[in-house]
Amino acid sequence: MDIETLAVKLNLDVKSAAGNLRKNITGGYTGDLLSDVMANAQEGNIWITRQVHQNIVAVASLKDIAGIILVNSSQPAPDTLEKAVRENIPLLVSPMNAYELSGNIFNLLAIKD
Amino acid sequence: MPARETEQIEFQRSFYVEGGNFDYAGIVSTSIKSILKQMELSAEVVRKSAIVSYESEINIVSYAKKGVIMLSIYADKIQIEAIDEGPGIPDIELAMQKGYSTASPQIREMGFGAGMGLFNIDSYSDKFAITSEVDKGTHLIMIINK
Ligand SMILES: Nc1ncnc2c1ncn2[C@@H]1O[C@H](COP(=O)(O)OP(=O)(O)O)[C@@H](O)[C@H]1O
Ligand SMILES: [Mg+2]
Repeated sequence: MDIETLAVKLNLDVKSAAGNLRKNITGGYTGDLLSDVMANAQEGNIWITRQVHQNIVAVASLKDIAGIILVNSSQPAPDTLEKAVRENIPLLVSPMNAYELSGNIFNLLAIKD
Repeated sequence: MPARETEQIEFQRSFYVEGGNFDYAGIVSTSIKSILKQMELSAEVVRKSAIVSYESEINIVSYAKKGVIMLSIYADKIQIEAIDEGPGIPDIELAMQKGYSTASPQIREMGFGAGMGLFNIDSYSDKFAITSEVDKGTHLIMIINK
């Protein structure tokens, strides 16, 4: 499944890299501690977080993360958005909390496409 | 003193890291990663190098005045060295423990300060050495086998 499909099914608000949503998602990782994500997220994962600071973009690009979804309708800081646009990293926003969103994505990814 | 490295260096580059400036935090590790990727090193080597260079870069930004990260590529290994001028680490054994952190609330708010940096550097390096002098600075040597 790609991010485009997730965005449609879960009504996600796409903030950046709208042209880069077709990459296949390899799984997901939920976390707000950057060292944890750095060590444990896998290439191609979708990253679910409440962190809005621009450092999330550097972590996503270092880890080849497919995209970042901010929970609880958190808006990216202006610098974060600017960086995500520049580095072509999909940044999306969901009104759900991390638990609900992770559960939904887990179930969607379990379906073979 | 360990014997000086006599092995042929294939590539070497140094990067300056400014303490306290989180706007560019991660830029050095991003450059290191793209150099290693261009050199067509294995995904595992690139992944481990990215983790250890990121954590050492963030520590310089978080705690030190300034520092340098040096990437050296040898025939059989990658060496990443992080040298800073800063407060140093009074108790290295304690600092290495998973969960130990002196990060300020502002730093924690950005998602840093989990106390996992040095622990992860140690576990993702094939060889790791750390020395530190209080009020002078800290010196890390991380080696990842190709
Ligand atoms: N370069 C450094 N200069 C001074 N102190 C450091 C440095 N690196 C790490 N430390 C100290 O060691 C502690 C643990 O570091 P680390 O494992 O990276 O976790 P964190 O950065 O999340 O606190 C830090 O909180 C800090 O007190
Ligand atoms: Mg750290």
